[in-house]
Amino acid sequence: MPAVSKGDGMRGLAVFISDIRNCKSKEAEIKRINKELANIRSKFKGDKALDGYSKKKYVCKLLFIFLLGHDIDFGHMEAVNLLSSNKYTEKQIGYLFISVLVNSNSELIRLINNAIKNDLSSRNPTFMCLALHCIANVGSREMAEAFASEIPRILVAGDTMDSVKQSAALCLLRLYKTSPDLVLMGEWTSRVVHLLNDQHMGVVTAAISLITCLSQKNPDEFKTCVSLAVSRLSRIVSSASTDLQDYTYYFVPAPWLSCKLLRLLQCYPPPEDGAVKGRLVECLETILNKAQEPPKSKKVQHSNAKNAILFEAISLIIHYDSEPNLLVRACNQLGQFLQHRETNLRYLALESMCTLASSEFSHEAVKTHIETVINALKTERDVSVRQRAADLLYAMCDRSNAKQIVAEMLSYLETADYSIREEMVRVLKVAILAEKYAVDYSWYVDTILNLIRIAGDYVSEEVWYRVIQIVINRDDVQGYAAKTVFEALQAPACHENMVKVGGYILGEFGNLIAGDPRSSPLVQFNLLHSKFHLCSVPTRALLLSAYIKFINLFPETKATIQEVLRCDSQIRNSDVELQQRAVEYLKLSSIASTDVLATVLEEMPPFPERESSILAKLKKKKGPGAVSVTELEDSKRESSELNGAGERGPDQSVMAASNASTPSPSADLLGIRSAAPVSTAPAGAGSLLVDVFSEAGPTASSGAVNDDGFLRDLEQPPETSDPLLVEGSGDSDSAPPSEDPAPPLSEAEELLNKFVCKNNGVLFENQLLQIGIKSEYRQNLGRMYLFYGNKTSVQFASFTTTLNVQSKPVEPLVEGGAQIQQVLNIECLTDFSDAPLLNIKFRYGGALQNLTLKLPVTINKFFQPTEMASQDFFQRWKQLSQPQQEAQKIFKANHSMDTEVIKAKLLGLGMALLDNVDPNPENYVCAGVIQTKSQQVGCLLRLEPNAQAQMYRLTLRCSKDSVSKRLCELLAQQF
Amino acid sequence: MADVLLSDSQKAESLSPPSAVTGGLDMNSSLGQSIRFILIQNRAGKTRLAKWYMQFDDDEKQKLIEEVHAVVTVRDAKHTNFVEFRNFKIIYRRYAGLYFCICVDVTDNNLAYLEAIHNFVEVLNEYFHNVCELDLVFNFYKVYTVVDEMFLAGEIRETSQTKVLKQLLMLQSL
Repeated sequence: MPAVSKGDGMRGLAVFISDIRNCKSKEAEIKRINKELANIRSKFKGDKALDGYSKKKYVCKLLFIFLLGHDIDFGHMEAVNLLSSNKYTEKQIGYLFISVLVNSNSELIRLINNAIKNDLSSRNPTFMCLALHCIANVGSREMAEAFASEIPRILVAGDTMDSVKQSAALCLLRLYKTSPDLVLMGEWTSRVVHLLNDQHMGVVTAAISLITCLSQKNPDEFKTCVSLAVSRLSRIVSSASTDLQDYTYYFVPAPWLSCKLLRLLQCYPPPEDGAVKGRLVECLETILNKAQEPPKSKKVQHSNAKNAILFEAISLIIHYDSEPNLLVRACNQLGQFLQHRETNLRYLALESMCTLASSEFSHEAVKTHIETVINALKTERDVSVRQRAADLLYAMCDRSNAKQIVAEMLSYLETADYSIREEMVRVLKVAILAEKYAVDYSWYVDTILNLIRIAGDYVSEEVWYRVIQIVINRDDVQGYAAKTVFEALQAPACHENMVKVGGYILGEFGNLIAGDPRSSPLVQFNLLHSKFHLCSVPTRALLLSAYIKFINLFPETKATIQEVLRCDSQIRNSDVELQQRAVEYLKLSSIASTDVLATVLEEMPPFPERESSILAKLKKKKGPGAVSVTELEDSKRESSELNGAGERGPDQSVMAASNASTPSPSADLLGIRSAAPVSTAPAGAGSLLVDVFSEAGPTASSGAVNDDGFLRDLEQPPETSDPLLVEGSGDSDSAPPSEDPAPPLSEAEELLNKFVCKNNGVLFENQLLQIGIKSEYRQNLGRMYLFYGNKTSVQFASFTTTLNVQSKPVEPLVEGGAQIQQVLNIECLTDFSDAPLLNIKFRYGGALQNLTLKLPVTINKFFQPTEMASQDFFQRWKQLSQPQQEAQKIFKANHSMDTEVIKAKLLGLGMALLDNVDPNPENYVCAGVIQTKSQQVGCLLRLEPNAQAQMYRLTLRCSKDSVSKRLCELLAQQF
Repeated sequence: MADVLLSDSQKAESLSPPSAVTGGLDMNSSLGQSIRFILIQNRAGKTRLAKWYMQFDDDEKQKLIEEVHAVVTVRDAKHTNFVEFRNFKIIYRRYAGLYFCICVDVTDNNLAYLEAIHNFVEVLNEYFHNVCELDLVFNFYKVYTVVDEMFLAGEIRETSQTKVLKQLLMLQSL
């Protein structure tokens, strides 16, 4: 028993611990414990009052028993009694027992809080610390309620001992974290910040944790800490290794405090004050310089402490992302570490470089280390280091090195010891790099097929869907793809995903390689069919569809394939889906004529170009990259509904070979549709609205119903706000007025603004006419109903409406008191600033009325709200940091600043209103994606109201600068 | 708080980087907490100290203890002293048969905590005059005092060995 002899050991406790240690079995231990529990219980219940020492000893034994993992259901009262002892050792055991064992709902809380209160006011620093530690360890709501107002006072009081200040600062931090509502810094703020100047380094070390936390929550109130932190840091960094005495650790002055100071600075942007900034840059340079100096000690503690500061400084440099010189120096320093013999340093350098790679200033510098990083991927023993290397390769990948990096990642995958989750991500990453930087698609096809071969289990559906989409859409790669999959399928054991891709591609493009006798139709079929029996039901279903496609492609295989379909294992398969396919395909192939077969089994039409589903998946997963986190599934469904040419994954093709067929959720090859996809208008450069398909259906008294709405495409660059319009041809008997449309009404802009945050309402009204609007938007599509109401009792003749993009005539007559309706279908092709113009002309009495309005279609109508967690938001925000991507306006409030009103407007805007993102609850933060046909534009918004000044500051960051600008203009009118 | 370590759904909340601040803006939704727990375990997995800075129920604590043991003991000297752990990371160092482990946020400074462990061990060594595992067993209640002097509320409270030892000796004499 070596330790017992030391100090003030409790002999009984030491004996008990020895006994327990000597127990040969679990049973013996339990027996000994029960004996002890009985003994303690009788002592506590006994008539004789226990002295403090005995009480302490027994409570300590109970604690030991609890820590061994046994339940303790008594002794709490005795522990609480110890709190009021005047002996430190007894008090300490009491507090320890309570910190470890007490639960906050205990009825003893009142007694405990009383004891704490006494100790806090005791002016005995030892007791005060014990009490503060207890609060910090328990941190319950009850304690916060009791002490949250008391502790700041202790913290800043002039006569408080240093050690008590240290405990008070961190105790307050704990309470702030558990019950922020109860900790009100207000009047204490400035004095707390000034603790950074305290001459006791320990006080600064403790206080800075509190200040950092409070700064994160209330940056503005605490921003004076920046200059104080810089000067403190500067004093430490420039001090000699022995200046700080007690706070020098292996010749490094105050390493932990330095790290904390550097971390506090990361809560803020670079200092605006030139002098402060200069001093800070000097510090950072000194830290970088010191890394080059010869070490003052060979001990690892010395270099670790030094490098802890260095890495924190590099984090700050990356955070500022504004000092190219420092960034490149940081990168060079990390480059040295990449080859260091310490694994820790190599790991940290890889990790830190990953963030450097995303800075435009250091991206190139990071790329120079590619060989070292690839080497790390191949040779590091620690899998976590290899993972960092793979992450870094991913981060440094661009067009110039994509081929090399993807190849290296693939070969890494081949040897990697799989830890499933990580590898999944890695596989996705390879797929993304391959697609993002694909210059020739044969390379892309090779890469993905390799990926399936090497890591088929980890290749998700999206990956193989995508390769098929790309092959279908690029005819230059189809032959190559067919050849490649054919070769890949030769492998005796190939992954089921490979069979899927193979079946699909050969079913579509097998003819492209059928000329070669080595891959003749029958060879192809036999190859596919040899895999059939090893595959799961969805894959078999896909293969059956490939077979029927073969019958069309290669009539010579018909007999063989029919034979296969006819056999019992197909036509009587117990799986309904397979059976149905077999039956239907067999029937189809026997009764349909060649022509019908050729039509039904025609090659798949190209998939609409959309964002890569893989990218979407990754975004969903990780949040970086573009904003779009919309529900893919939804978008598919909706777009097909509205557009007639929805995206379909290969598995979602409509099965049209037979109407009776049940739509199967599983893979299906046949994407035959009864009608060819409706061709959407060519995305002419800049054209804003095509497809404005108008359908004049008079309601009320107007008689004729024109329900044969049709599509007509017409392009007009949106830049022409000059309404030189193409008019919808009127009926011959109601010659449209020939005058030019009037210029837009002076109030047109104002009217437009009314509709930025809402979709329905009255657009315009005068004595004659009222125009109402109802509209709805989904993705990049919208539908608008215009209601033209005749307020007079006289008929409007020659009523025409014209859009500067396109229009179809409305009913030329509007009876007095009647209303006619016009429907516009809207598709947003690309982002735009000017609203389309709507010109209305009609004859009222003899007079021609000519009126031009702005149609309230604004870019924000095409928002998809995007919910995201704060970290995603920040990451995204940071990515959009180019100056032109941001638009900011400070403006006076024109409307009520009521929270609910503002919220309603922001919601009406179409973005997602994100709670708990901005540390200042007064502010509003939103995220959304604008869906246009050509692209998606991610947008982030922040609105900071200042109620006193009746002002707002509005900041927009979008992936497209014109959008930031336009949204900012639009929104500045709304609040 | 209790399930932050355990549930994925809380990942966002619990993993917010402390430096998610961008040009001109300063936003951070979550209050970063540095140390989630400190564990001292021997090679057999016996816990010699467990100090929790978050609320966990007893079952969760037991589970965490076992997981940490499983993660840390399989690593060898050539490996880093850092290991990803759920949504956090463990910074650990082995001294003879004992593993000293600190669980922190992924964004925390690895080397600073690695040396914080060593600083702590040097204090224990001085305090117990060549500390060994048994000292920690028999004086478990004193080890808590040492911890509270150096770490409080999941943060580093005092780093000066001289100051800590002076305080401990003063307390010892009371």
